[in-house]
Amino acid sequence: MDLWGIRNWSTAVQPYLVEHIYLAVIPTVVGVILAVPIGLALHGRPAARSVAVVVSSAIFTIPSLALFVVLPGLIGTQVLDPLNVIIALSLYTLALSVRNTFEALDAVPQVTREAAEAIGYSRLGRTAAVDLPLAVPVLTAGTRVVAVTNVSMVSVGAVIGIGGLGQLFTSGYQRNFPEQILTGMVLILILAIIFDRLIALLGRALTPWIRGSSMASSQRRLRRLAREIPGSASLREAADAPGGR
Amino acid sequence: MFADFAAYLADGANWVGPNGITTRVLQHLYYTVLALGIGALIAVPAGMVIGHTGRGEGLVVGLANTMRALPSLGLMTLLVLLIPSTLIPPITALVALAVPPLLAGVYAGIANVDRTVVDAARAMGMSPWQVLWRVEVPNAMPLIIGGLRGATLQVVATATIAAFVNLGGLGRYIFDGLALYDYTRVLVGAVLVTALALVLDGLLALLVRLVQPGTGRLALRDPALQEAIDERAAVAR
Repeated sequence: MDLWGIRNWSTAVQPYLVEHIYLAVIPTVVGVILAVPIGLALHGRPAARSVAVVVSSAIFTIPSLALFVVLPGLIGTQVLDPLNVIIALSLYTLALSVRNTFEALDAVPQVTREAAEAIGYSRLGRTAAVDLPLAVPVLTAGTRVVAVTNVSMVSVGAVIGIGGLGQLFTSGYQRNFPEQILTGMVLILILAIIFDRLIALLGRALTPWIRGSSMASSQRRLRRLAREIPGSASLREAADAPGGR
Repeated sequence: MFADFAAYLADGANWVGPNGITTRVLQHLYYTVLALGIGALIAVPAGMVIGHTGRGEGLVVGLANTMRALPSLGLMTLLVLLIPSTLIPPITALVALAVPPLLAGVYAGIANVDRTVVDAARAMGMSPWQVLWRVEVPNAMPLIIGGLRGATLQVVATATIAAFVNLGGLGRYIFDGLALYDYTRVLVGAVLVTALALVLDGLLALLVRLVQPGTGRLALRDPALQEAIDERAAVAR
């Protein structure tokens, strides 16, 4: 084996791989951690919820490259500051995850919610002990989509000089060297698969009561829910989300 | 910064000519429509077959996920080095981006049509072809257009990177501006592509509302049929 990626691993690949991992992981974690409380707070307040949905669609309409290049002017960072990519991707993650949290909470059966109140849960207690755990499967499915998208989107930053493995694309293009580009693509695909599986495993660990615990049965349930709740396009997407076998 | 930006837009000279805003917007729209068109030629028939027959579901899910992780910039630069053409590599990368949401929209739309409705249509003697075109497709329309909306958003945003391999479009402002340290120009590109994305997304959001089945907003009514229904209703009363 004499692959370019292996020969140049420690000098030209590993640093970009490390950068790529943190540029993808930090926004995913930050976005989801901020989104879940916001989603919990606004769920059940229809007016606030629709404002949140409109705002998050608007954020998501901003093209990533446009956001990467405008952020320095808006927040006073350097053009080459990795913070631009982290903030931009965190914003997208936040926008998508707030909506995902709404849908995850919609998927909690109303009877269960009422039963919890009937046995004496306060609103806050019910949210923490009943709603949130039952929302985990849909939350996980949505987070997997966001994480995989982030892994791929980080590479766009390479055109402005930040962006981990994406730099193998720009440099491979300038040097007319396809093997370097392929190395970057393969590593990004592998990273995406690893993140996807890790989040799926985390989701499963958090929901030990889902017996049989096969993804297929949970996806069947999601799909049934998606049919029952009108207009739940993204729930349907969640049901068709990564990793289903 | 924003004053320079406003001045740039206010100057009519910046809107005309081969490097003007008008040309750049039209180029951007051209790449977008071309990629979406080719994407639809692939995704719509495939989605219809899979949604109608229920076969190959795993294929759609697997394909959609793998392609979500495929970096457009990588695919585009790789193809530029392998294919001697200016247009094919960026368009291929954009088509690869457009196919998964389109396919998911068509497939999910058709597969999620209420089974009792499909059964009723078949019981009335409709052929599979009629069931598809007269029952499944109209009912799936909101999800199909929803898929188109997602695809459009991604393609418009990503078409900016076509300028990285020396094509036109709104990305030109961003890359030229970065190369010349001309931040006003970068801002012009970023704002224009965002505005274009917002406008297209808004139009498609409107279309999703229009095609909602049963609302009659876009229903192509058969006048003779409507008359017969009204007559029966009058008799029954």
